[in-house]
Amino acid sequence: MLQSWVILPVALAYLGALFAIAYYGDHRADQGRSLIANPYIYSLSLGVYATAWTFYGSVGRAAADGIGFLPIYIGPTLMMALWWLVMRKIIRISKANRITSLADFVSSRYGKSAALAGLVTIIAVVGVVPYIALQLKAVSHSFAILVRFPDIALAVPRDAGPILADTAFWTALVLAAFTILFGTRHLDASERHEGLVAAIAFESLVKLVAFLAIGAFVTWGIYDGFADIFGRAAAHVKLADLFAPLNGAAGSYAGWASLTVLSMFAIMFLPRQFHIAVVENVNENHLGKAIWLFPLYMLAMNVFVIPVAFGGVMHFSGAAMDPDTFVLTLPMAQKQEALALLVFIGGLSAATGMVIVETIALSTMVCNDLVMPVLLRMPSLGLAGRRNLTGLLLGIRRGAIVAVVLLGYCYFRLAGEAYALVAIGLISFAAVAQFAPAVIGGIYWKGATRAGALAGLGAGFAVWLYTLLLPSFAKSGWLPIGFLENGPFGVALLKPYALFGLTGLNDITHAMLWSMLANVGAYVLVSVSTRQSVAEQAQAARFVDVFRHGGDGPDVHVWKGTASLPELQALLARFLGPERAREGLADHARRRGVASPDQLPADAVLVRFVETALAGAVGGASARILVASTVNEDVLSMDEMRTMLDEASQVIAYSHELEHKSRELMAATTELRAANEQLQELDRLKDDFVSTVTHELRTPLTSIRAFSEILHDNPGLDADERQKFLTIIIQESERLTRLINQVLDLAKLESGRAEWQVGEVDVKAVVEDSLDATSQLFRAKNVGLATRLPDAAPFVRADRDRLVQVLINLLSNAVKFVPPEVGHVVVEVAAAAGMLRVSVSDNGPGIEPLNQQVIFEKFRQAGDTLTGKPHGTGLGLPISRQIIEHFGGRLWVDSVPGAGATFTFELPVATHAAAQEPSSGAARGRDAHLSMEQE
Amino acid sequence: MRTTMKGPRLVAVFLLGVLLFNYPLLALFNRTVLVFGVPLLYAYIFVAWALLIGLAALVVERSR
Repeated sequence: MLQSWVILPVALAYLGALFAIAYYGDHRADQGRSLIANPYIYSLSLGVYATAWTFYGSVGRAAADGIGFLPIYIGPTLMMALWWLVMRKIIRISKANRITSLADFVSSRYGKSAALAGLVTIIAVVGVVPYIALQLKAVSHSFAILVRFPDIALAVPRDAGPILADTAFWTALVLAAFTILFGTRHLDASERHEGLVAAIAFESLVKLVAFLAIGAFVTWGIYDGFADIFGRAAAHVKLADLFAPLNGAAGSYAGWASLTVLSMFAIMFLPRQFHIAVVENVNENHLGKAIWLFPLYMLAMNVFVIPVAFGGVMHFSGAAMDPDTFVLTLPMAQKQEALALLVFIGGLSAATGMVIVETIALSTMVCNDLVMPVLLRMPSLGLAGRRNLTGLLLGIRRGAIVAVVLLGYCYFRLAGEAYALVAIGLISFAAVAQFAPAVIGGIYWKGATRAGALAGLGAGFAVWLYTLLLPSFAKSGWLPIGFLENGPFGVALLKPYALFGLTGLNDITHAMLWSMLANVGAYVLVSVSTRQSVAEQAQAARFVDVFRHGGDGPDVHVWKGTASLPELQALLARFLGPERAREGLADHARRRGVASPDQLPADAVLVRFVETALAGAVGGASARILVASTVNEDVLSMDEMRTMLDEASQVIAYSHELEHKSRELMAATTELRAANEQLQELDRLKDDFVSTVTHELRTPLTSIRAFSEILHDNPGLDADERQKFLTIIIQESERLTRLINQVLDLAKLESGRAEWQVGEVDVKAVVEDSLDATSQLFRAKNVGLATRLPDAAPFVRADRDRLVQVLINLLSNAVKFVPPEVGHVVVEVAAAAGMLRVSVSDNGPGIEPLNQQVIFEKFRQAGDTLTGKPHGTGLGLPISRQIIEHFGGRLWVDSVPGAGATFTFELPVATHAAAQEPSSGAARGRDAHLSMEQE
Repeated sequence: MRTTMKGPRLVAVFLLGVLLFNYPLLALFNRTVLVFGVPLLYAYIFVAWALLIGLAALVVERSR
């Protein structure tokens, strides 16, 4: 039933659907409503990892050694967990530097080296072409099987036949056409193809559905669930051994581990994976979901592999059937034509997805990193003179696509039958694994050099050639098989599968071991023994520190040279087309705040912009050559760099110093401001003081003048009257004198110019003297006095006369405020804790708590001085406090209004040592000393 | 704080995976025994695989 006239239209319809999806995706992208800007499409498109090799080959491998194929999917699962760190960094770097391929990435990291770009491209092409051949083989093989439906050919013999009748040839051509249509429609500076990614994601869905369908059919259609299959397999001679296939031999677990590592590298460095994961990435946050969604996809893809394999082996028991074809032959054997067709489409989608993305990635590399650098260095071609090179670029890429696909086809025609599918795939994996040290080392190790990368890649690639590719040629009959069995020229030590006598490992593990040893060894050794050029150092920092600079990298560019704006404009126009060049420059001008692109300064920033823009179109290495040819650049020597660094560090040191100075200045300013405020406050206080003093002086003066005038104007005043007025005048004069004395005294105290006669003072004697001096006051007002004095009070260091002054002031205050007749004053002296305390208590009206501080201020008295009659000068207490504080003591008041007040002062007791100090001596000198202490 | 934890946690998931899918843990399950009709080794690998994916999903989706 399934004739080619059924199969071909279905296959073509499927490809047509792909075209439609890709077209729609591009259409949406042009409208700005991206179809692929979500993590689910991104995860699905990563499914391009599952090729026809997965689709057909996994079953084949499972039939031979059970779980041996699984590390190829477990490795990526493990690696995906690291992607958040590693791949995010690679994506960030690539976006910042407009990197469009793996070769571009490696060459950019190591100073935009064209040699490195070329080497990576060659390794990628040589390593991956067999893999493409594998896909073509799968398609043509599956087609050949399907057209025989319902006959199941035993191990289909592949007669090569004429090329024009070969399905693989036509498949290759159709795929090349598709790739050209959607991969090189226009020259995109970021090399992104939205429609293509949408189509790839769709293909991932199709192959998954197809594989799940055949898996479910075998498991529940032919057999009765997993338990049934494994139950029967347990009784099968060969299959029972596969239940626990990891035997203790060294190669078994080592093989498993090396396959895991190999596939960990493959998921990152296969050109198609790099292209989908990095270049086509819309938003680096899509990585998050992909980290678990993509492994889930692989898990789903693999659930039914072993059941199908075991089911196939048991079903075709005895028949020499190729296990690689079980997914197709099982439904055919059950006469399920629709299912068989679905499986064929699934395999087709797996193969086409891989070929399309791989060839786009490879063609970009071949064009940008292999062909263009060579063309640009051939002045005879006159490329520099061509006005618009975008057409040439597209032409080269299209040519490269056709060349790569046809190369794959040639490999398939010549060597396709030599090996099972899995073996070819693994050889490719091992080739791309050689990129791992240069890339991963490059993004974390700043010291890695261009020479190191070249040496590592070269050594690893050479060992890979010798231990994997040449043996595969030998197996295909292109080389004498003796090369394998006896070593080259019969040197057994150099046998490709047992290099230096290392045996016991399978060929892949063996090759991985030696190639990685050579690769990493050469990379590290050469890196540490060579020096980086300035350009390399700049690029290394740009890559390794990409997160520190916030993605775009530092705009400061180490560059010395002269450029002209028109030349740079012309250069951009030649490779991007005039229109896109204009847009790009206008955008750049806008971002730099320049009004028009024609006014852009031709400086380092512009040169860097042009180079990055060109890198998107022709790759980093070619862009470097182009810019270098246009711009008159001086190569910076290490010495010049050092001079620049010195200058820069001097400037930095100078600026640090400036900062320091300005901080000091700021502090000084703050201090000055505070001092100024204090001065203003003092000035205000002085003004207050002067006006208060004037007011206080005027009161007695007024009364003296008034009574003098009376006496002057009335000469006939009787003697008594005259005597009374004269007494008042005398009293007021005395008050005036006292006031002036006190003001002077206070001024002296405050300015620190007071004269002090310091000595050992017996406080008890001072109190007694003071009481004697004031006894007349007590008697006049008839106020009671009680004393509580100890027999002997300790001495204090003070000025005796000043202490007397304080005490007299306190006593006269007490007398002044107590009521006559019932008034009572108590004087007490007590020593406590190194202090001597003297208190004067009265039973007067007391002092309001609010006023208890006020009374110690100058000219302030409790009560309103303006209306009430003043009881004194208002300077006594402030002076007393000044005196007591001068001797290190304090003076305060405790009072309950209505129940009297107690004024207390305490002074430190003179120590013995202090007592020894001579109290005589020049009073003047002592004054100066004391006044200094006061400050 | 949470964002910076995502990287280290995923590295931990990776290390757990390396442990689960290698000698000697793998050797413990390399026996011809059936659990629920499925060979022990196969069951172990797929369960461990699913567990890893679940853990990665948990880390990615929870640590915002």
